[in-house]
Amino acid sequence: MMMRRPESVNGKNRRRRTLWTASLSLILLVSIIALGQALGTEGLDTNLEERNQPPSWKHPFGTDWLGRDMLTRTLRGLTVSLGVGLTASTLSAVLGLLLGLLSATLGSKVDAAITWLIDLFMSLPHMVALILISFTLGGGMPGVIASVTATHWTGLARIIRAEVLQIKSTDYVQLSARMGRSRVWIARHHILPHLLPQFIVGLILLFPHAILHEAGITFIGIGLSPHQPAVGIILSESMRHLSTGRWWLAVLPGLSLLVMVKAFDALGESVRTLTDPKTSQE
Amino acid sequence: MDMPMRRILTFLGRKLARLLLLLATISVVSFALVSLSPLDPVNAYVGADLLLVGPEQRALIAERWGLNDPPVLRYLRWSGRVLQGDLGVSLIYRQPVARVIGERFVASLALMSAAWALSGILGFALGVLAGARAGSLFDRLVRWFAYLLASTPTFWLALLLLITFSVTLRWTPICCAAPPGIPAPEVTLLQRLHHLLLPAATLSILGIANVTLHTRQKLIGVLNSDYVLYARAQGETPRGVIWLHGLRNIALPAVTLQFASLSELFGGSVLAEQVFAYPGLGQATVQAGLRGDVPLLLGIVLFSAVFVFVGNTLADLIYQVLDPRIRLEAS
Repeated sequence: MMMRRPESVNGKNRRRRTLWTASLSLILLVSIIALGQALGTEGLDTNLEERNQPPSWKHPFGTDWLGRDMLTRTLRGLTVSLGVGLTASTLSAVLGLLLGLLSATLGSKVDAAITWLIDLFMSLPHMVALILISFTLGGGMPGVIASVTATHWTGLARIIRAEVLQIKSTDYVQLSARMGRSRVWIARHHILPHLLPQFIVGLILLFPHAILHEAGITFIGIGLSPHQPAVGIILSESMRHLSTGRWWLAVLPGLSLLVMVKAFDALGESVRTLTDPKTSQE
Repeated sequence: MDMPMRRILTFLGRKLARLLLLLATISVVSFALVSLSPLDPVNAYVGADLLLVGPEQRALIAERWGLNDPPVLRYLRWSGRVLQGDLGVSLIYRQPVARVIGERFVASLALMSAAWALSGILGFALGVLAGARAGSLFDRLVRWFAYLLASTPTFWLALLLLITFSVTLRWTPICCAAPPGIPAPEVTLLQRLHHLLLPAATLSILGIANVTLHTRQKLIGVLNSDYVLYARAQGETPRGVIWLHGLRNIALPAVTLQFASLSELFGGSVLAEQVFAYPGLGQATVQAGLRGDVPLLLGIVLFSAVFVFVGNTLADLIYQVLDPRIRLEAS
C-alpha cells in the first residue's frame, strides 16, 4: 500500500543534496549581509521626488513615503535582525547547555530545581514572557536580547539533560569509570563528542525562533526603537500606509524575513542530517 | 462514588495544588520583574495630562500608592489584595483589572476558539489525507506548506490577508471588532462575525501546520504497523484501514496537541489583534507593556498562566479519560 521512494531521488546522492542545501542557505545569509553593506546608506536618505513608488528596476522593493529605497531599508533591517537573533540565540543556547549539564550532573536537588525553572518558563505564553521581560529592562536592544534569551533556552536544556543522563548510563561510560578514568576524562572523551553536534544543531535551529520573536515584539512596539530600522519596525510603520494601497511596503520586507528564517531552518536541518549517525550515511 | 470519578477528582485536586504553587511563584517573579523596570507607573496614570501634573503632584501620587515603600512590603500588600480577589485598578483603562481582563477575554475567546477549532479540523483532515498517500505529490505539497508556515511571521501573514481582502478586494473590514460609530448593543452578530473573519483566519492558518505534520506522522506509523498489515492480509480495504484503525489511533494525540498549543495561540492572538486593532486581551497586553500599566500587566501574566495551565490539564485529562491504556496514576 505504501510507496516508498528510493533513497536517491533523481539519481542524486542525498548526502550531496543535503550539503548543497546547507551551502546555498549559508551563501544566501552571507549575501544578505554583504548586499546590505554594499548598498551603503544612500538609499536611506529622504528623497521627496521619488516618494511612494511601486517596485521598479531602479527600486526593486519600491520606495516609502519619504522616498527612501525599500530594498536598502529591508536589507539593513535584516542585518539588524540577524545580529540580534545571533546574539540572543547564542546566549540562549549557552544558557541551555550549562543548565542542562548542571541538571544532569549535580545530583537530584539541582536537577529538581532546574526542571522546576524550565516548567516555570514554559507556564507562560512566550509573547507574555517576552513583553514582561522587555518591560523590566525598559525595552530597546537590551530588553529584546534578554527577553529572547530568557525564553528560548528551555528546549535545548531538556535535550542536553536527557542526552547526558542517557550517555552516563551506557556500558562504555560505566566501564570507563571502573577502569579508573577520572570524571573530567570521561566528560571530555565520552560525553562532549556527543553533545557538540546536539549543541550546534540546537543553536542553529534557535535562530529562526529568536528572529521571529524579535521581529514580533519589535512589531508591537516594545522591542527595538524606531531608530534601529529592523524589519519589525518597517512592517509596523507600513500599517499606516496600507489603506492607500501601498502593498509593497509590507509584502516584500516580510517576504525577505520569511526567506531568511527559512534559510536558517534549512541550514539547521541539513547540519542535523549530516551529524546524526542515523541519517548521515544516506 | 465510583472509582473512575474518584480518580479524576484526586487528579484534579493535585493539579489544583500545583496551579496554586505555580501562581504563587509567578506572582513573586513577575512582581520582582516589574519592580525592577525603569519605566515609571505614575507616567502611565498621568497619561495625556503629562504637562499639567507637576513634580509635587507626582510625588503625592507615588506617596499615596506607596511606591516609596520597600518592594517586599509592596508585594505583600498587592498579593494580599489579590488573594481577596482584588487585582487593582488598571492605570490606562481606569477600570478594575479583573473587569478589563474579563471583557477583553470574551472578545479574544471568540477569536481564539474559532481559530482553535478551524485549525484543528483542517489540520487533522490535511494530515490524514497527506499521511494516507505518503510520498505523493499532494503529501509533498502539504509538507512544504506546513514547513513554510512554521517560518512565517504571524503579523506578516495578518498584513497579507489585510492587504488582499480588506484593501484590494474590500470584502472584509480593515479593523476593530465592530463598525466604528455604532453603539455596542446595536452591533449585530453578523457584523461581529464579519470583523472576526480575518483575525481568525490568520490564527487558523498558522495553527494548521503543527497538527497536520503530527497527524501525518502518526498515521504513517499506524499504516506501517503489524496490525494494519494483518488487517490488509484479511482483505480490509485501504479506506477501511484508515477509518477503523487509523482515525481511532490518531484522533486522541491530535486533540491533546490542540489543547497543549493554547500557549502559542495566546501569543499569536497578541500579534494578530495588534494588526487588526481587535480589542481583545492580546491588545490589552501590548498596551499594558507599552504604557507601563503595572497592575494590568501583572493581572494578565497571572491570567495567561492559568489559561495555559487549564489547556495542559484538559489535554492530560482527555487522554486519561478516553484512552483505556492510560490509567490515572498518582503521579
